[in-house]
Amino acid sequence: MSKFQALERYENSLKSGYRLLPFRFTQLSGDDYVLSNLVGEFVVLKRSVLNDFSKGCLLPHDPAFEELKSKHFLIDDDSSVVVDLLALKLRTKLAPLANFTALHLFVTTLRCDHSCPYCQVSRANDDRQEFDMSEETALKSIDLAFRSPSQVLKFEFQGGESLLNLNLIRFIIEEVKRRNAEQRRDIQFVIATNLALLSDEAIELARQHDVLISTSLDGPEELHNRNRPRPGNDSYKRTIEGIQRVRRELGRDRVGALMTTTAASLSLVRGIIDEYIAQDFRGIFLRPLSPYGFAIKTKFYQAYDQSKWLEFYFEGLDYIIDLNLKGFGFTEYYAAMVLRKMLTPFQPGYVDLLSPSGAGVAAVVYNYDGDVYASDESRMLAEMGDKRFCIGNVHSNTYEEIFLNDTLLEALESSFAASVPMCSWCAFEPYCGADPVFHHATQSDFVGKKPLSAFCNRNMSVFKGLIERMNSRPEVREIFERWAYM
Amino acid sequence: MIVLGTQSARYSGEIPVFERRAVRASTDPYRPEALRKREAFLVNGDSVPEGFGWYIFVNRPVTAVNAPTIELPSDFDFLADGDVLRLTPTKNSLRVLFRRNASVNSFLLTERCNNFCLMCSQPPRNVNDGWIVDEILEALPLIDTDVPEIMFSGGEPTLLGSRFLDLVRACKSYLPRTALHILSNGRSFSDPAFAKSLGDIGHHDIMVGIPVYSDLAHVHDYVVQADGAYDETIRGILNLKQTGVPVEIRIVMHKQTVPRLSALAEFLTRNLLFVEHVALMGLEMTGFTKANLGDLWVDPADYAEELKRAVGILDRAKIKTSIYNSQLCLIDRSIWRFARRSISDWKQEYMPECQSCAVMDQCGGFFSSAELKYSSHIQPIPC
Ligand code: SF4
Ligand code: SF4
Repeated sequence: MSKFQALERYENSLKSGYRLLPFRFTQLSGDDYVLSNLVGEFVVLKRSVLNDFSKGCLLPHDPAFEELKSKHFLIDDDSSVVVDLLALKLRTKLAPLANFTALHLFVTTLRCDHSCPYCQVSRANDDRQEFDMSEETALKSIDLAFRSPSQVLKFEFQGGESLLNLNLIRFIIEEVKRRNAEQRRDIQFVIATNLALLSDEAIELARQHDVLISTSLDGPEELHNRNRPRPGNDSYKRTIEGIQRVRRELGRDRVGALMTTTAASLSLVRGIIDEYIAQDFRGIFLRPLSPYGFAIKTKFYQAYDQSKWLEFYFEGLDYIIDLNLKGFGFTEYYAAMVLRKMLTPFQPGYVDLLSPSGAGVAAVVYNYDGDVYASDESRMLAEMGDKRFCIGNVHSNTYEEIFLNDTLLEALESSFAASVPMCSWCAFEPYCGADPVFHHATQSDFVGKKPLSAFCNRNMSVFKGLIERMNSRPEVREIFERWAYM
Repeated sequence: MIVLGTQSARYSGEIPVFERRAVRASTDPYRPEALRKREAFLVNGDSVPEGFGWYIFVNRPVTAVNAPTIELPSDFDFLADGDVLRLTPTKNSLRVLFRRNASVNSFLLTERCNNFCLMCSQPPRNVNDGWIVDEILEALPLIDTDVPEIMFSGGEPTLLGSRFLDLVRACKSYLPRTALHILSNGRSFSDPAFAKSLGDIGHHDIMVGIPVYSDLAHVHDYVVQADGAYDETIRGILNLKQTGVPVEIRIVMHKQTVPRLSALAEFLTRNLLFVEHVALMGLEMTGFTKANLGDLWVDPADYAEELKRAVGILDRAKIKTSIYNSQLCLIDRSIWRFARRSISDWKQEYMPECQSCAVMDQCGGFFSSAELKYSSHIQPIPC
């Protein structure tokens, strides 16, 4: 007799059967269903297999059984370490919450040289200082930023056109660095600017303090200039020159660009992507149009058809996938961020797709006048007359008063996706977010009715689109894995 | 082929009384006199410096010296300065414990094991071999401190419990610049206290290499022939991570493991992404493998696709990945960069087919044991 035992001897599930671990499922299309567990692992199954599985009658040698077991959708008598692994993965996904606020946005001025129709907040570029942040306000804001327990602190300067108050940016950077000599946190600075007014001083400041530049590039010249009017109608030219200058003087990876999607963008996705490629970017964030700012007032938002945006998005995504298949590495960042949730143990900190919501938690905004907002969108909402998400003022409130603000806490708690109708049984909940600010703005309710929510509709379509693409084509999955682990 | 031990060493002269002893070998005629007494001089010319504790003559006539001598056959030509030898005069035996010139020196800590792997190359024996630990503890201080790496293997080293920890501590103390690679099945570390006591030693450069053979518990348990081993191994890995000890995952590729190789790779990226390194290893035709050949043998050409998939998954997840014991003509060119020449110089061989191959100098070749069975797809790579 052999001293070795046969495989069956170790296969306890043959006798024990299996028990289900927590999972949710949502129909993809037709007969295909996606199942996800609480840490975001997913399996796509036919309806009949899902049926068998949930009834407990899937057999151990079924390939679906093995996949479900490997990805921790079931537990049997072979192994109990599954539970430890799930716990570890859940802890990893939730770990970033303990850091609380890492991103601190400073609105250094509302003045701007542009007059973009979709922007609500900026004011004409005159020399009136009343829309500039004062040093006192900056100091109080820095106090609050350093109260955050996060080891990483990111200071981002916004406007208006932030560079119009360059002296204050310098003041803040120097003050932060002075304090950090003792605190020793990991500090990053970002200046968000349209680059039209990039001066030698600004370049020098960025060089000295390793500041990243984040700019706006909406697409080809005509579209960009149409979206971003300024005297001389030369926004595109100035932005491109600025990008090149930053690359030349600070390094090619020291500048990033964001696009704003407008109604005029919707038919031009390839042109927009080509523009980014021509400008030597290795990726693009195909952004949804925000419902804030002038957008709603000028009827852009109403005209903006959700399904048109989805067409725009998927046309762009497929175009980018195709570039990758042909060997040119280029990333769509919205997909990359979702894929990081789907394919890795990590939880990216993208503010709009967090649950509990990232409002006030992942990021916080210090406005020029000392008002503190739970997010950039909250500030825009306030400019439209709704100050609901103004959670305090640096001059009159303490750290505790601001971050334990009743509205903020209520919004965070009531919108928590895992416990609200529809999200709580949605297979995409591990990838999705809560966004109480959006739902308050559009439905006057922190939770919102998801079937009516553009946020839900858009994200669900993106989640499905990504899963379908990688599931039907292994070569696309490979590209997606690369994006996810970037 | 290098022979590391012999029962026909001839000891003569006034031999001190002991059962066994570790000594360092020297070829340096200018060695400080203060050190000579406890070292053995490898006689390699006519000049024989005075004062060494022992004189070794490899394949040459013994000349008169003022100390005990050891005569060895020509197999021991390779002996070099800095080697550490175990002397057992009462049994006419001598064994090389450490070779200064080997790329890695491996110490077998015990032959006992709590797994019984289908393809074990060092079949476990339930013997009382505690003396090995004493011997290694004696040898470690004799090893030159500029050695880059040493390895602990078995059997299952951790079955030694606190004695295992003593050995790691000794490595930390006596070899402060040397990396320590431990091959373990990881099960003992499922006890968090044991894992922590390893972490608490604070070794400067340690790595525990642990096999995980499947994403499915029963397949792993079958391969290692121990029910419940998988859970203990995984818990062990998690506990090591908890206490800050770096872990390497080792996967032997054979008929039982290759069907789910890419599923295992995905499992690793999802659950054990923190590991330092994943090694995918070709099967060695020794030990139990010969007895279980039917359940283990699969031509590497037949799993080339699956291997490529698995390596891709690991690489995209940025896990450092290597392929060991493999032949370049049997793996996809796109993953050649992961293949390492891992077979130790003295075990490595090539087949007649290889003679016209353009990449022979980069190819890992075969274990000498491969003669028993090797791929029928060996295909010299043209220039
Ligand atoms: S918002 Fe929609 S897609 Fe997101 S979790 Fe809720 S129901 Fe699912
Ligand atoms: S022919 Fe021989 S040397 Fe060449 S790749 Fe194959 S195994 Fe290696």
